[in-house]
Amino acid sequence: MFTTIYPQLIGLCTGTLLLTSALMVWRHSLLASIRLLSVQGFALAALVAVIGLEEGEIEVILVSVLVLLVKGVALPWVLARETHATTRTDEAPRLNPTAALLTVALLTILSYVVASRLLAGETSISAHAAPIGLAMVLIGFLLLVTRRQAGSQLIGFLVLDNGIATVAFLTSGGVPLFLELGISLDVLLVVVILYVFAGRMRNKFGNTEIDQLRKLHD
Amino acid sequence: MSFALWTPLALPALLAVLSLVAPSPAVRRLSPVAASVVVLVSGLLLVSVVLADQVPTLGDGLLRADALSAYMLTVVGAVGLVSTWGGFGHATAVPGRFTGSYDALISIFLAAMSLAVLADNIGLMWAAVEATTIATAFLVGHHRTPRSLEAAWKYVILGSVGVAIALLGIVLIYAASRGTGEATLSWLVLSRAGLPLDPALMRAGGALAVLGFATKAGLAPMHSWLPDAHSQAPAPVSGLMSGVLLAVALYAILRIQTITDAVIGPDFLRIMLSVGGLLSLFVAAALLIRQRDFKRMLAYSSIEHMGMMAVGAAIGAAALPAVLLYVLGHGLTKATLFVISGRILEVEGTPKIDDVRALLVRRPGLAVPWLIAMAALIGFPPFSIFFSEVSIIVAGYSTGMGLVAGIALVLLLVIFASLTRLTVAMTIGAPAGTVAAAASAAAAAAVPAVSAAALTGVFPRVDADASVTLADTESIPEEPIVPDRSGHGPMLPLILALGTTAVVAFIAEPVGTLLTRAAEVLGGIQ
Repeated sequence: MFTTIYPQLIGLCTGTLLLTSALMVWRHSLLASIRLLSVQGFALAALVAVIGLEEGEIEVILVSVLVLLVKGVALPWVLARETHATTRTDEAPRLNPTAALLTVALLTILSYVVASRLLAGETSISAHAAPIGLAMVLIGFLLLVTRRQAGSQLIGFLVLDNGIATVAFLTSGGVPLFLELGISLDVLLVVVILYVFAGRMRNKFGNTEIDQLRKLHD
Repeated sequence: MSFALWTPLALPALLAVLSLVAPSPAVRRLSPVAASVVVLVSGLLLVSVVLADQVPTLGDGLLRADALSAYMLTVVGAVGLVSTWGGFGHATAVPGRFTGSYDALISIFLAAMSLAVLADNIGLMWAAVEATTIATAFLVGHHRTPRSLEAAWKYVILGSVGVAIALLGIVLIYAASRGTGEATLSWLVLSRAGLPLDPALMRAGGALAVLGFATKAGLAPMHSWLPDAHSQAPAPVSGLMSGVLLAVALYAILRIQTITDAVIGPDFLRIMLSVGGLLSLFVAAALLIRQRDFKRMLAYSSIEHMGMMAVGAAIGAAALPAVLLYVLGHGLTKATLFVISGRILEVEGTPKIDDVRALLVRRPGLAVPWLIAMAALIGFPPFSIFFSEVSIIVAGYSTGMGLVAGIALVLLLVIFASLTRLTVAMTIGAPAGTVAAAASAAAAAAVPAVSAAALTGVFPRVDADASVTLADTESIPEEPIVPDRSGHGPMLPLILALGTTAVVAFIAEPVGTLLTRAAEVLGGIQ
């Protein structure tokens, strides 16, 4: 029973991951992006749970709970607190939505090309979905490069990190539990630090635009 | 002796807690020094064990100290001691909340670097390197000025994105290792020759991991965060970041290089590291020529030295002992220089080279160690950096990488000239006071001020400016210059650091043996 719907569940989860990433590029409102990030965290946790059920490993199920708590709940909550404090943090990105979505399409094709060469010998269902993870990494980069607000850059970083986690789970069933704990803790702390810095930036400059950070140069 | 594997992790963490809760400022300030001592002593203990042909492990092989790890741990401890002890009395306390957090973060930083060099699991090594970013983020932003905020933001974003790329690489290496039956991240297992690892995945994984750690090591073209972070952080933190954090990232590259080379051969990463190394040397040369800020000067010099180490890593086995000696020499010298730069910044109140003139006459207490340390950094013998650079270049010629070694040599000479010029500009010359005397005498004798400046001046431009204004006002009283012989802080750590770099290259036993063994760990058997 489960083996028949397993490919569909994998497809559903990875599809949600890619869709939320693309929507984040499209939407300019920070609050909408945070909600999408939360959805993405839930989709990633579901993906891990599906892989865990298929392999019948308790450890992977535990990891999925961890992913749910960190990426689905904790990180979006931290970011949302930051955003509620300010009234308007809408983004004026360097790329218009059409160009950005076209770039997303190109990046996705690119990651399929790269992954088909990397995972040439792989026949498993999860390995077939691995290009989605690579595409998310590239979309995270796109967000980091094209966004001007501190909060949006943070979201780009998190999409990148979700992409790496997706690749890890799809290619090798995830890294060992103690490492997953370490990695999650590291990411959580980085986000908290950047959140504190964004707060200091608002205190000093009155907004969180990255473009004003241009004092240091040679 | 395996207790020496957990002491450099647990005791600094305890000391960090202590500095947060201790009511007395003296205890708080001593705790990072104590943490460095713990790391140094553990490193020396492990070195003695390793030289007796043992490899201590702990926690099911999760922590492991081979010759390379023991050596790197000793370097972390030694550079940590110079930075924290030398920075003792440095104005670090920000009034208000979290007074102990500065000292606590330095201890945690030391523990994270120790974990990075002691971890056998490359995933754990990754987590420790990322933890160093976390520990240093608030240290870089410590001064809370807009500039330090900018430096800290760039540092955290670029540092963590770079290290995230390394994680992607490690994930791919993990996927590649499924061919061995059970997927593993243990370096010891992965470095065994003849494992059925997937070459395509190893190539991509190795490239991404090296790229990511190269960001953290400050190699061009991913270096842009480094001059900002190292110039804005408090001096002891800059010393630690420049002296050992970059070296720890290089250590990660060396580990990844070993397991990648075993599967796909050395050529692939050799090209990557050569390009990165030469590009770093070029960037450093280009930006040192017109450098105006002495802390940024030190930061670009770090990019230069990391570039040279990357060239050494690209050359491979023959150059590895020299690269490892380089790590120690550069770490100690750079920590000393950053500590002195912090003191100069404190007493002179300016980071600009143009405003800090004639230091040798005015403040010999700071200028003499600065000159000696700069000589060591620029690469004068008998300091060990000279021997490392020469052996890397010689090894390059002897292994058929003459072109790379030749370009590196030319760029090194350009950097040599720029750094010498900047150092001379800061230290040697006549101070403003004697110029005033000469200028008023000249004005009285109705000699044109410019010619007086030309007589007195090693630096006619500055002297001319000064004498013109003085000749206009003619009301400056003559004040004899009292040379400031104070070192403005503890001098013993600086003397020890410079003394060590001066003699370490001549000690065959045990230093030479240790370096050879550490290079053998990486497959560098001569």
